Amino acid sequence: MAKIIVVTSGKGGVGKTTTSAAIGTGLALRGFKTVIVDFDVGLRNLDLIMGCERRVVYDFVNLINGDSNLNQTLIKDKRCDKLFILPASQTRDKDALTEDGVERVLNELKETFDYIVCDSPAGIEKGAHLAMYFADEAVVVTNPEVSSVRDSDRMLGLLASKSRHAEKGEKIREHLLLTRYNPARVANGEMLSVTDVEDILSIPLLGVIPESQAVLKASNQGVPVIMDETSDAGQAYSDAVSRLLGEDVPHRFLEAEKKGLLQRLFGGR
Amino acid sequence: MSIFDYFRDRKKPTTTASMAKERLQIIVAHERGQRTQPDYLPQLQQEIIDVISKYVKIDREQVHVALENQDDCSILELNITLPERP
Repeated sequence: MAKIIVVTSGKGGVGKTTTSAAIGTGLALRGFKTVIVDFDVGLRNLDLIMGCERRVVYDFVNLINGDSNLNQTLIKDKRCDKLFILPASQTRDKDALTEDGVERVLNELKETFDYIVCDSPAGIEKGAHLAMYFADEAVVVTNPEVSSVRDSDRMLGLLASKSRHAEKGEKIREHLLLTRYNPARVANGEMLSVTDVEDILSIPLLGVIPESQAVLKASNQGVPVIMDETSDAGQAYSDAVSRLLGEDVPHRFLEAEKKGLLQRLFGGR
Repeated sequence: MSIFDYFRDRKKPTTTASMAKERLQIIVAHERGQRTQPDYLPQLQQEIIDVISKYVKIDREQVHVALENQDDCSILELNITLPERP
């Protein structure tokens, strides 16, 4: 049975698309047939992060309107044969996504895929609502920063009331993913710590992704950061995917790197 | 950080991170409280005021509507202060 996972946050720019790309790719690399669906109609970006922007022919809205079929619309990843991308439409029409249409497409995807990862747009408008409405699990992406934490809490409220599972009286499995974490600043008392954010949001922690140069490097190249296996962020995402699959993996990258004596004396970051 | 920072940068009593946490805990608790409130409450209050003002002259501030949840039981509390008799 296919599982629908929504990657959401409320606030923009916290790393939803980076996370969708990383988690979707991670699941596919472990042998699960996975599709990542971009719900950000009008502001498509998943294709760029995945490096398939020049292969987009049809999109989500074409599929809903019946202008194209699934085979024509899905883009198969060139690096991993279990991975597919469903690009968002660049139309300016905000109402292009309909509940019926989205449900139809998701049901069709469920027949052949193990995991459907929905990359939610920022905000709480229609796109964000539809991205989470059919979800079985939610990954709430949060930065250790006040506005992001507050918006995440708001999203948790919406997940608990305005999703199909909630309407049936069931609960969506929620996961907290803390991104852009800077352990050195946490140690200095300049940034909310993992436990601070866990205390406030009180949902299980899926992972902590350190603030990393590898993320920008990966997006420059159109390669999901999880494929950079030597990078801290790539490894942290890989751990998060393991936990999503039920493995018990200890958290890494929570402590600042210890500086050597010379570095301490003469500064430098 | 260099050797000079050790003289300047003694740990301050309240860090900005702890201020952030405190502010968040307050606002999040407040917003969660409002979330459980059904959205018909303000309209309900307005209609009650309309009905009462057909008979008695009252102020908006003199009507309090509160909804309390205790386990699986909701209590709608209405508190109306009628004006003093002339």
